[in-house]
Amino acid sequence: MEKTWNNKAWFLVLPVLLLVAFSAVIPLMTVVNYSVQDTFGNNEFFWAGTDWFDDMLHSDRFWEALQRNLLFSFIILALEIPLGIFIALNMPKKGIGVPVCLVLMALPLLIPWNVVGTIWQVFGRVDIGLLGHTLWALGIDYNYVRDPIDAWITVIIMDVWHWTSLVVLLCYAGLVSIPDAYYQAAKIDGASRWSVFRYIQLPKMKRVLLIAVLLRFMDSFMIYTEPFVVTGGGPGNSTTFLSIDLVKMAVGQFDLGPAAAMSIIYFLIILLLSWVFYTVMTSSDANQ
Amino acid sequence: MARITLDHIRHAYGASPQSDQDYALREIDHEWHDGGAYALLGPSGCGKTTLLNIISGLLQPSHGRILFDGKDVTNLSTQARNIAQVFQFPVIYDTMTVYDNLAFPLRNRGVPEPEVDRRVREMLEIIDLSDWAKRKAQRLTADQKQKISLGRGLVRNDVNAILFDEPLTVIDPHMKWVLRSQLKRLHKQFGFTMVYVTHDQTEALTFADKVVVMYDGQIVQIGTPAELFERPRHTFVGYFIGSPGMNVLPAKIDGSTVTIGDEKVSLDYAPNISGVGKIELGIRPEFVRIGSEGVPVSITRIEDIGRLKIVRASFAGQPISIVAEEDVEIPSEPRVTFDPAAINIYADSWRVGGEG
Repeated sequence: MEKTWNNKAWFLVLPVLLLVAFSAVIPLMTVVNYSVQDTFGNNEFFWAGTDWFDDMLHSDRFWEALQRNLLFSFIILALEIPLGIFIALNMPKKGIGVPVCLVLMALPLLIPWNVVGTIWQVFGRVDIGLLGHTLWALGIDYNYVRDPIDAWITVIIMDVWHWTSLVVLLCYAGLVSIPDAYYQAAKIDGASRWSVFRYIQLPKMKRVLLIAVLLRFMDSFMIYTEPFVVTGGGPGNSTTFLSIDLVKMAVGQFDLGPAAAMSIIYFLIILLLSWVFYTVMTSSDANQ
Repeated sequence: MARITLDHIRHAYGASPQSDQDYALREIDHEWHDGGAYALLGPSGCGKTTLLNIISGLLQPSHGRILFDGKDVTNLSTQARNIAQVFQFPVIYDTMTVYDNLAFPLRNRGVPEPEVDRRVREMLEIIDLSDWAKRKAQRLTADQKQKISLGRGLVRNDVNAILFDEPLTVIDPHMKWVLRSQLKRLHKQFGFTMVYVTHDQTEALTFADKVVVMYDGQIVQIGTPAELFERPRHTFVGYFIGSPGMNVLPAKIDGSTVTIGDEKVSLDYAPNISGVGKIELGIRPEFVRIGSEGVPVSITRIEDIGRLKIVRASFAGQPISIVAEEDVEIPSEPRVTFDPAAINIYADSWRVGGEG
């Protein structure tokens, strides 16, 4: 069959192209524009070259925020993924319990992020918060405003509370797709509970787990609202993650140049990690 | 290897069954011999799989007991019953190698590794997958997968019974034939009790020594293929076994004379029909002779299926099928006779014999 060449078709792509340009490309280019210039106000800009990038890559503040963020992502993944699998395995497979569990699980996901932050901010307060005051009454020295460790614990528990459901729902979807015959065959083969998990459930959950890990990593790497509401990045800089630092720099200090350079580095890190995940996921697909 | 006794088994899936209709299995009370090859045959939804799962222990019957060699196993788990079962859709542990798949049921039971190795290698030979041993059990064809499933069932040589739940449904017709003969050979070699569920009568008849025909939650007949063909105990068996199925014609009986419509056919015995019921005459198409003698019929259609012809006709207003040899001449005014020895009389769908 002969191919028909018709370049008019390109016009059909134009609306999408315009949309993407306005929503992504133009803002991104603005950031790039800021990142290579310096300003002292009055809308006057001076060429700065790659100075801001140099500064940023040699800034302790940036590396510390990055380390904190990576540590945070690692901890919440290490908690949420096993916990999510565990809850999904123990959820009912049929009956009235299924919709009840699903709704309960979906609830934290439906709460706006700043509300989640506010809930935990109040919940943890030593003077009026249920958690904070109870701990104080029990004689435990807990204060997320003063103690960096307490602040971390609060932010991590908040994230686990907020997002484990997502892992649960994804795993549950993977689990219910396993035909009964697999469990019956495993019984016939005399498989232990662990073997059933290791050889039937885990392999069937692998793909949704990869997606869960990817989503949770991305989200935790960009986390802003909840810790900002609870701790505001403190005490000190102990819970200042990348995005909080970025907002402080850009909006708080109005350092547009460094903030723009940091944005681009941040963006490149996310791009790189997405690529790594994408490669891992597609290569594991190819093995099947 | 074991003798399986089904002691008044009844099963209902819903809670608190009221009438017979609520039971998936009405009442099963039979004994299956050690080393026998049984085929459970019946249409979809007749309770075959339910019965199989009750035997293997995946289901607990609502009533009744199951005994292996006279020992009550009703409350034992599937593992404790030591049963192998192969399912309709192959179950493969695809993160393991083919070798490990076969070794899995043995290792789970703590069989020593040299013994595992010996038996797995032997089984790989039998199912003809030796070359695949070290490969991950992925990207296999349907029949390779089902062979692995079969292998996992057969690799344990001490099982009480092997149950097959329509294992060849997903296999190509050609491979079906090969696998079926391999199974028959293995059965002869090892002598395990074998229960084979199918809705394919050819499969059941070629495979089993005894065919168990199920209909509507009960066993309507257990017999050899020949018995099922010649003396169906229930009109359902007559209709379900054979192609085309048995002709079942509403009839009236007076002594040893059967009246169908206005036509009379005489029997060589007087059926015992003391109770009032629906009387039917059953005759297989193979035993209806077409020619110039007997009762006139009007032919509606003739299907040529190679060596045989299937004649669809109207006999005293009732549709009837006749199987005739290819070279039989069909006269312009055809008449049919019934082989008296092949006639079965049914009262309320169940076969009745002669008096005394």
